[in-house]
Amino acid sequence: MTQAQVKYAGTAVADPMTPVLFEVGKIKRELSDTFTLELISQSGNPFSFKPGQFTMLYQFGVGEVPISISGDPLNPSKLTHTIRAVGKVTEAMMRLKKGDMVGVRGPFGTNWPVEAAEGSDVVIITGGVGLAPLRPAIYHLLANRKRYGNICIYYGARTPEDILFRKQLEKWRGRFDLKVEVTVDRALAGWNGRVGVVTKLLDLGGFDADQTVAMVCGPEVMMRFSVRALNELGVRNDSIYVSMERNMKCAVGFCGHCQYGSAFVCKDGPVFPFSDLEEIFDVREL
Amino acid sequence: MGTETLKYVISLSEVGKLLGNIKGQGFHVVGPVLADGAIIYDTIHSIEDLPSGYQDEQEGGHYRLKKSTGRRGERDALFRYTVGPSSWKRFLFPPEQKLWKAVREGKSFSIESPKEKPPRYAFFGVRPCEVSALKIQDKVFCNNDFQDKGYAEKRKKSLVIAVNCTRSVSTCFCRSMDTGPKANGGFDLALTEISDGKNHRFIVEVGSKKGSKLLKGIDHTLAERHDLSSAAARVNSAKRAMKRQMPKDAAKILSKNSEHPHWKDVAARCLNCANCTMVCPTCFCSTVEDTTSLSGDVAERWRRWDSCFTVDFSYIHGGPIRRDSAARYRQWLTHKLSSWHDQFGTSGCTGCGRCITWCPVGIDITEEIKALQKGGK
Repeated sequence: MTQAQVKYAGTAVADPMTPVLFEVGKIKRELSDTFTLELISQSGNPFSFKPGQFTMLYQFGVGEVPISISGDPLNPSKLTHTIRAVGKVTEAMMRLKKGDMVGVRGPFGTNWPVEAAEGSDVVIITGGVGLAPLRPAIYHLLANRKRYGNICIYYGARTPEDILFRKQLEKWRGRFDLKVEVTVDRALAGWNGRVGVVTKLLDLGGFDADQTVAMVCGPEVMMRFSVRALNELGVRNDSIYVSMERNMKCAVGFCGHCQYGSAFVCKDGPVFPFSDLEEIFDVREL
Repeated sequence: MGTETLKYVISLSEVGKLLGNIKGQGFHVVGPVLADGAIIYDTIHSIEDLPSGYQDEQEGGHYRLKKSTGRRGERDALFRYTVGPSSWKRFLFPPEQKLWKAVREGKSFSIESPKEKPPRYAFFGVRPCEVSALKIQDKVFCNNDFQDKGYAEKRKKSLVIAVNCTRSVSTCFCRSMDTGPKANGGFDLALTEISDGKNHRFIVEVGSKKGSKLLKGIDHTLAERHDLSSAAARVNSAKRAMKRQMPKDAAKILSKNSEHPHWKDVAARCLNCANCTMVCPTCFCSTVEDTTSLSGDVAERWRRWDSCFTVDFSYIHGGPIRRDSAARYRQWLTHKLSSWHDQFGTSGCTGCGRCITWCPVGIDITEEIKALQKGGK
């Protein structure tokens, strides 16, 4: 693997409200309700993005949803999203076939601090489909492996059947320069791995709390306990990054739906240093 | 321009001529008109369309319009009412707007943006609090990150003829927001009406080159000291009559009191009807609706005004974030008066008082802030 410095092209958007057409190149079923779409630009232009950014995906006649990009930022010829079918748009998208067209707006939002983390240990804590928005960051870390200290990927899923990107996790787990641990909330027959919440994996250590950047993505309750556990180990809030999810209609700060405290999650987030959220994160229904 | 700009006097008939000249330049002129027992903003063709001699009476949950029966000066006045339920935002940021149309073509589809040329609006009779509202929405829709093209184009081409207030109603509190009753910049021309039953005239202040050109098209004289003092006295009486006040540190009070028990209290009164957000001249939240033709071949995306008071406003899979009415009320008020400062460097409130008047249960945001201050941090 080359260790060339990764540079991302500018991510300016010409007309942020009008989707651009992309063709479905491949659709892969990941889990019973989760699938990965590989999209190919009609214009032939590469789709440059930063790890952690998202797009607004439009399904003809059904609607539009914000989805994090789950693909490799070093391979911008394909635009990859991993989607869990939880509403009418995402359910319709699960029925897409190769050659169908979707609309894309973006990329939008802030990114994981992959550049700022150079020289530090990196610990990635994620649960469920929360691994998808972190996968571009993992690709980046691995492509620039020498620039980082220890790297830990701690992943939790509900059951062994809900482990996303399982083959990839197994492959990463086989590397000598990476610590990958997976846990499930509930074991099924045949599971000999760890059982318990993802925060318990932090007890395994593998990083130096003073020089660690943590990237956390999952349900809010999981992120809350992860931050707490990281704090107990001595990781400071300005070294912990979380990705927030809110309702979004425009993705450019006009529609007001994604407001979280003073932030517009669409443009001030979705990735925030936790120090920016520490005063509001525990306020209910904010 | 110096601190003390020259002011001019024009007669009532010249106001009519001014309006005609603006229309003659191809502007779509919008101004106050009488409709459904209220003063609203709609297309006007001449000075005859303006609701002369009307006065409004406003209180929490109360709006009444009446024809003045008082002195002749009041009976003739063009602008003795204050703001009604509509605001200028509906022209720059329409309540519904087609964003684009998608047409199916076999397995693919194409997306077309609307091609209609945006109208050149002349806003005639913009009150000082509303001039502030325009400036606030400019910061929302034309920020450093993104521009709303439709808004920006219309705004750039628009003309603002402001009218300073010579009367206030009980729900007004622009004085404490520093937005009125006299406009401070942000207009092309600003008028102050002097309707004293003898010499019905207007003091004119020029705010731009466009305004200066307009003034050249009508008969005007330099304002004399007695004209200016008469205008100032009228604006001052509107100012003095204003009793309601927004506490100066509203932003701080709100940022510290997200867990205050008073939110439950106001939520028990609030009907979640969204009236306050609809009449607010700065509320900018919107949603999108995707529609399809019966054949399924044509889909459109429409943007419509939305309100943070609706439950599905904050919906993400699994349910809405703000289930409780208290959380939704807190979001609205905290955004308007506190987080707006962080986002746009200004308050989102202009002190126009519409949200108080048009609240069916008369919730008064100035009182709510005081209640939060009392038991709060």
